[in-house]
Amino acid sequence: MADLTRVYDVLVVGGGNAALCAAIAARRAGASVLVLEAAPKFYRGGNTRHTRNMRCAHDAATQTLSGPYTEDEFWTDLLQVTQGQTDEQLARYMIAESKEMLVWIAEQGVRFQPSLGGTLSLGRTNAFFLGGGRAMLNALYRTAEALGVAVEYDAEVVDLDIDAGAFRSATVAQGDARRQVRASGLVAAAGGFESNIEWLKQYWGDAADNFLIRGTPYNRGTLLKLLLDKGVAPVGDPTQCHAVAIDARAPRFDGGIITRLDCVVFGIVVNRDAKRFYDEGEDFWPKRYAIWGRLVAGQPGQIAYILFDAPSLKLFMPSLYPPIQAPSIRALAGELKLDPDTLAATVDAFNAAVRPGRFDHTVLDDCRTEGLAPPKSHWARRIETPPFYAYPVRPGITFTYLGTRVDRATRMLMKDGGPSANMFAAGEIMAGNVLGRGYAAGIGMTIGSVFGRIAGREAAANARH
Amino acid sequence: MHATSALAEADRLMTVCNSCRYCEGLCAVFPAMEMRTAFADADLHYLANLCHGCGACFHDCQFAPPHEFDVNVPKVLAELRAQSYQAHAWPAALSGLFERNGLVVALAAALSVAGFAAGFVAWSDPAALFAATSGPGAFYRLMPHNAMALLFGAAFLYAIVATAMSVRRFWRSLGPLESAADFPALRQAAKDAGRLRYLDGGGVGCFNDDDRPDDRRRHYHHLTFYGFLLCFAATCVATVYHYGLGRIAPYPWYDLPVVLGTLGGIGLVAGPIGLYLAKARRDPALDDSPRFGMDIAFLAMLFLTGLTGLLLLALRATPAMGTLLALHLGLVFALFLTLPYGKFVHGIYRFAALLRYALERRAGF
Repeated sequence: MADLTRVYDVLVVGGGNAALCAAIAARRAGASVLVLEAAPKFYRGGNTRHTRNMRCAHDAATQTLSGPYTEDEFWTDLLQVTQGQTDEQLARYMIAESKEMLVWIAEQGVRFQPSLGGTLSLGRTNAFFLGGGRAMLNALYRTAEALGVAVEYDAEVVDLDIDAGAFRSATVAQGDARRQVRASGLVAAAGGFESNIEWLKQYWGDAADNFLIRGTPYNRGTLLKLLLDKGVAPVGDPTQCHAVAIDARAPRFDGGIITRLDCVVFGIVVNRDAKRFYDEGEDFWPKRYAIWGRLVAGQPGQIAYILFDAPSLKLFMPSLYPPIQAPSIRALAGELKLDPDTLAATVDAFNAAVRPGRFDHTVLDDCRTEGLAPPKSHWARRIETPPFYAYPVRPGITFTYLGTRVDRATRMLMKDGGPSANMFAAGEIMAGNVLGRGYAAGIGMTIGSVFGRIAGREAAANARH
Repeated sequence: MHATSALAEADRLMTVCNSCRYCEGLCAVFPAMEMRTAFADADLHYLANLCHGCGACFHDCQFAPPHEFDVNVPKVLAELRAQSYQAHAWPAALSGLFERNGLVVALAAALSVAGFAAGFVAWSDPAALFAATSGPGAFYRLMPHNAMALLFGAAFLYAIVATAMSVRRFWRSLGPLESAADFPALRQAAKDAGRLRYLDGGGVGCFNDDDRPDDRRRHYHHLTFYGFLLCFAATCVATVYHYGLGRIAPYPWYDLPVVLGTLGGIGLVAGPIGLYLAKARRDPALDDSPRFGMDIAFLAMLFLTGLTGLLLLALRATPAMGTLLALHLGLVFALFLTLPYGKFVHGIYRFAALLRYALERRAGF
């Protein structure tokens, strides 16, 4: 048990990559540090436990990275995925700092490996954690604890005492007990509110009842809400979240990576009315997977079905649940409880519109439909060879964009425009400063590590003054 | 569709793991898994024998219990490993010896020791059992060398044949490969097995007690395994001495068979103690209690063999020599006879699995 009666130099709220990088950096800078993680030990770390890599700029290939990834290229990629919704100065600062992160994070015990099977496209840009995100977290926790960082689990911060932009104390709920914890400074690294269905409903209405949450039920945004309610300036679109289409059979929370489906480009996607609603072959899957959550969220009942036939079955990574299978499209409609006539008509219309071409899923090929609305621009092949397969999909929410506004030192900015005296933020809770929309693989971990380390350093320095 | 519930559970786990693959860099199990899309019983037995039980994937898994996906690969594969020995035992009629293995080995040891003691008394003067004798041929006054060589040679030969037949059945169950086992593949497998490469949690060490890795299990296993090899080498050298050079045991302490045997004996005493303690401290989440009897029986036999061998060396000129010789020979005889039906085969199966892995890697399977 950590001693909650003493006054710590730095209180870190949260337990993921950003929180631990902050805690380690602060401790290494000489500060006494307490980490309060709302989740129980097994579920510690928020979304970090489901991650697998980190995007860092580097000027030369390394043992595990296949080639250089310059700061400029990183910036171009970020600009593209955010469509300009980023803070250039802060983003470029993060990218510059990310170079050192490959070394620093390894010094904290995190180990890397070459990119995983099926992820070759990321082999140059993204450093993969050996054993995945939970292995990375375990290493950070071991290092933090060896350094003397105090850690409490099942410890949710339910109230903050903030006076004129200065943090005084936090109220921690542990079971039925409530305790006041005082510290000279606060690092907020407690993620977003993607697991808070009631909050999501404010923007999405009852549709949010049909959302699946890819991470743990503990990403409730309690700290974020407290900070925003108590005068911290917000950043990012509160209504938006990163959502992908995941298997509808996944559990409500924490299905993680294995419920994802990479087969949209190989087939067609229909809604509950057995009708298509979007171009499945618009672009390469890594560039489009993140739009499908929102597309499905916009369909009746927030459900859709990916349909494909036998030749496509082996073209994509296996996922947890087997596809639903039937000898004919009508029989498949029966399995999916869709109207057989409509589904057969949808498939027939699609098949009739497919133009001849040379199928190649590694390039934007010339297999497309003609005279069909919506079209399928690439990889369109007739769905005609039994057995026929389907995956039911629902929106899978990864993270939310709303956060706290920060400056270059990760110091939170108050609504009145001034900087907070002693409050810093790192990770998903402030990601909106550099990532206003979209996503690029591994960038959440970059934001967590880079700004976590800065926040820890700054909070430690701040506590000394 | 699978023969046992452990096989069915392993199949379920491999489906989960194959759609995640985060553990791919930790050991050989996961790359071997990725070379497959369906998992027949034989495939699962193979993966089970590639697994060294380091526990890294359990602690690294976001879906480990208490998560509802309940992914515990090391535990399930340990169960399956034991089943694979039984499923391929030769002759099949004796596969039941893997069940209640602790009892089987204990009985074999007791009967064998009693047999040697009785044999000494029946064969020679009952008083010789407790007499202090020394000088060349001291041992053979209790049991003629040729009888000893014949009895142990036969037991050892049986152990080799039964183990070889069993591992051959295991190997054949895995189906044909593009290339036959050749020297580079054998060398790779020997290196991986000899270093316990995959007991290192992907580099940090084995997760035995809790979520902090260390390398203790690997060190103690090295002591045990290389101790065993040294004792075996001591026996071989002594046999050459006896038949080739006409030099009759006991040999002086500085002579090669004694030096090898002493070093090996120390390994066989210290290694199994360490492995036993590691087993006792094993994380309950990875606990493999149904196999406890089999594992402990083998450790106990190695430990007692080493201990009685060392005592025999220390006390060979005293009246205790006869009793200790009966104990030592009885234990070694029982050890040989039970080798094909106990924990010993794990090393042979593991080597076969590592060999298969080396060949599959090359073939790109």
